[in-house]
Amino acid sequence: MSTLFYISSIVAIASTIMVITRYHPVHALLYLAVSFLSVGMIFLSLGAPFVAALEIIVYAGAIIVLFIFVVMMLNLGQETAQQEKEWLKPKVWVVPSALVLVLLAEMLLLLFTGSQQVMQVSQVDPRKVALSLYGEYIIAVELIGFLLMAGIVGAAHIGKHRKPSLHRFLQNGDTEKEKAMPVREQEVISNEQTVLHD
Amino acid sequence: MTDSANMVLMVATVLFALGLVGVLTRKNVVFMLISVEVMLNAAGMAFIAAGSKWQQPDGQVMFLFILAMAAAEVSVGLALVLQIYHQHKTMDVEDLKELKD
Repeated sequence: MSTLFYISSIVAIASTIMVITRYHPVHALLYLAVSFLSVGMIFLSLGAPFVAALEIIVYAGAIIVLFIFVVMMLNLGQETAQQEKEWLKPKVWVVPSALVLVLLAEMLLLLFTGSQQVMQVSQVDPRKVALSLYGEYIIAVELIGFLLMAGIVGAAHIGKHRKPSLHRFLQNGDTEKEKAMPVREQEVISNEQTVLHD
Repeated sequence: MTDSANMVLMVATVLFALGLVGVLTRKNVVFMLISVEVMLNAAGMAFIAAGSKWQQPDGQVMFLFILAMAAAEVSVGLALVLQIYHQHKTMDVEDLKELKD
């Protein structure tokens, strides 16, 4: 387990460093896929095979595909990479990196001052996970179902293109700019007049 | 020392710090969302390490919840990115200042 864990964690850290330093979005996404795969390998070495499979299916499958769809739809390409190169000057990232490094050093100090005993890795099989998930955590499963439903509805509503409405009643007051515009004068035709004309 | 749970926590902390650096330094919305994904993944790894140390399934259950939450978050976030790009024609977060006084 040990060598597997160390190799995959080195790969995970290296590929994550590559993710946050790339200029081109597609390169960053490819390194992100490598990072997710190696994290899945870490989970396998920690005795969690079900979660390792889910990591690869959901993260490296679904979420990466979502990102790639957005990159494709927005047509982010070479000019985005050029712009990123202009934005990521050293004076931009040095100070946040130093601050986060201080926090990281504190956390590592906290981790390595306590007692350290060797961890026995034993596999927690999916059967136990499923019994726990649908036993004591059943209310949380239902709540996460609500959350996913809200996420789907929210994404569908936010991502909808708002067409300019052609009807004059809907046009009046849809946005601020249109509110400011004078509305075309409509000649009022009442029912009595039409009856008289008839 | 080699096999202690602290090593796993250390790797998770380093990944979380890398994601935090990404959120703080990037100005492109897509890269910020990617860094948030890295941070969520690192938090899930800490849960897996705890569940593996105590040999309980609860850590994996919590990782499943984090997974579902990340999926919902990334779908809403990417829809927002599409809408931002259609309305402002930019990906720079510093151009989005309608809510400023």
